[in-house]
Amino acid sequence: MSHGNMNLTLKVWKQKNKNERGRFETYQAKGISPDMSFLEMFDVVNEGLINEGKEPIAFDHDCREGICGMCSMYINGRPHGPKEGITTCQLHMRSFKDGDTIVVEPWRSAAFPVIKDLVVDRSSFDRIMAAGGFVSVNTGNAKDANNILIPKDDADTAFNAAACIGCGACVAACKNASAMLFVSAKVSQLALLPQGKIEAKNRVLNMVKQMDEEGFGNCTNTGACEAECPKEISLENIARMNREYLGASLT
Amino acid sequence: MSNTSGFLFSSLGKKVVMGATGLFLVTFLLVHCFINALIFFNDGGLTFNIGAHFMGTNWLIRTMELVLFFGLVLHIVQAAVLTRENQKARPVAYANPGGNVSSSWYSRSMGLLGTLLLMFLIIHLAHFWVKSRFTGIPTEDANGHEDLYAIMQETFKQLWVVVVYVLAMVSLAYHLLHGFQSAFQTLGLNHKKYTPLIKKTGVCFSIVIPLIFALMPLAMHFGWIK
Ligand code: SF4
Ligand code: FES
Repeated sequence: MSHGNMNLTLKVWKQKNKNERGRFETYQAKGISPDMSFLEMFDVVNEGLINEGKEPIAFDHDCREGICGMCSMYINGRPHGPKEGITTCQLHMRSFKDGDTIVVEPWRSAAFPVIKDLVVDRSSFDRIMAAGGFVSVNTGNAKDANNILIPKDDADTAFNAAACIGCGACVAACKNASAMLFVSAKVSQLALLPQGKIEAKNRVLNMVKQMDEEGFGNCTNTGACEAECPKEISLENIARMNREYLGASLT
Repeated sequence: MSNTSGFLFSSLGKKVVMGATGLFLVTFLLVHCFINALIFFNDGGLTFNIGAHFMGTNWLIRTMELVLFFGLVLHIVQAAVLTRENQKARPVAYANPGGNVSSSWYSRSMGLLGTLLLMFLIIHLAHFWVKSRFTGIPTEDANGHEDLYAIMQETFKQLWVVVVYVLAMVSLAYHLLHGFQSAFQTLGLNHKKYTPLIKKTGVCFSIVIPLIFALMPLAMHFGWIK
């Protein structure tokens, strides 16, 4: 496929604000290069819309390199589209065929209300973090990095959990709109390290409490979250959180 | 212990109840299957009736029957509560719900499979349990035991009953295929070494137990055992 000759039909969710019901609208994306990212394709479409004096499609984005977790788009029935281990900004148009119809929806979750079109409010994640996703330390001089020795395995597992970018694809993918993978990653990244162990009990209790209050669903272990997570966060984290929670509740 | 009461009403606590009652029901299936498989001695039900007599008269088993009933109700009620909450968590459905790429259909259909099993269970209890515990079994076998075996033969003469039982066992197989390993995950029992073993055991259990159960009506209907 040479440059700039892909023509696609987009069915995109349009919604004015939180309170409006919203509907699908159809757009033509013409002259798209297979080397464009999915977001760049949206930029082209939006430019066209602006030139025609129409309202562009609102979507979230920031880093455009898979680290900020903003680009929430549910593409053809999958969060972040048809590829594994990437975000929407890392998805390229060569993953589609000329003439394809692509359905793009916002994340669907009671805890992620749609603000406009494809933009959702994920501040429920922030409130979960504020409930316990931290370690309390006295400020002062930075300590020597090797002051506290940490087994390599623990450090790696914690680091893998910390790779979570809070994108919410796990919630979007889950049939129950459950936030277990996200919360478990955040619980794990701290519970595995000596600095985090001190507050581990209250952390897991408070974060789960906040998660429930935000209206996320209950995990039924379908594994869709792990399959769709751009950072490939493992289900083992959920088991770890279950363990931590059980322990913290019963003692 | 300040958090114990909150625990049972939290999302994770409710899931623990589901997993724990589920595993308890798994042990029941094992015992039930073992006792019923005595029909395959093909001795006109003599051995099976001994087993049935023991299960019906032993006080420990009778007590466990109550616990079982309680566990089952808890499993069902909790499932209903969780399902309702989960539906509320996604008020607007996706136009394109996605397919089986990221999760299996049966892991997403536990409620449906469970409802089918509940419907089967009502039929099944009416067929055998009500008779053996309440309305009484009219005939006795050569050992002087109530002839539950004869009731089985009578019941499985009807083709529709056999069809319903076999289909129910297919539902059971898929319900277990997800439920067995899922319970361990919920209870936090996930381990690099043991999880693969648990998963394999779960798959074997989910195939073997429903298969043995399904063979019972089939064997009786088609006269493989007399
Ligand atoms: S666990 Fe994965 S899918 Fe969920 S928020 Fe973190 S990075 Fe995104
Ligand atoms: S825009 Fe930052 S992850 Fe996609």
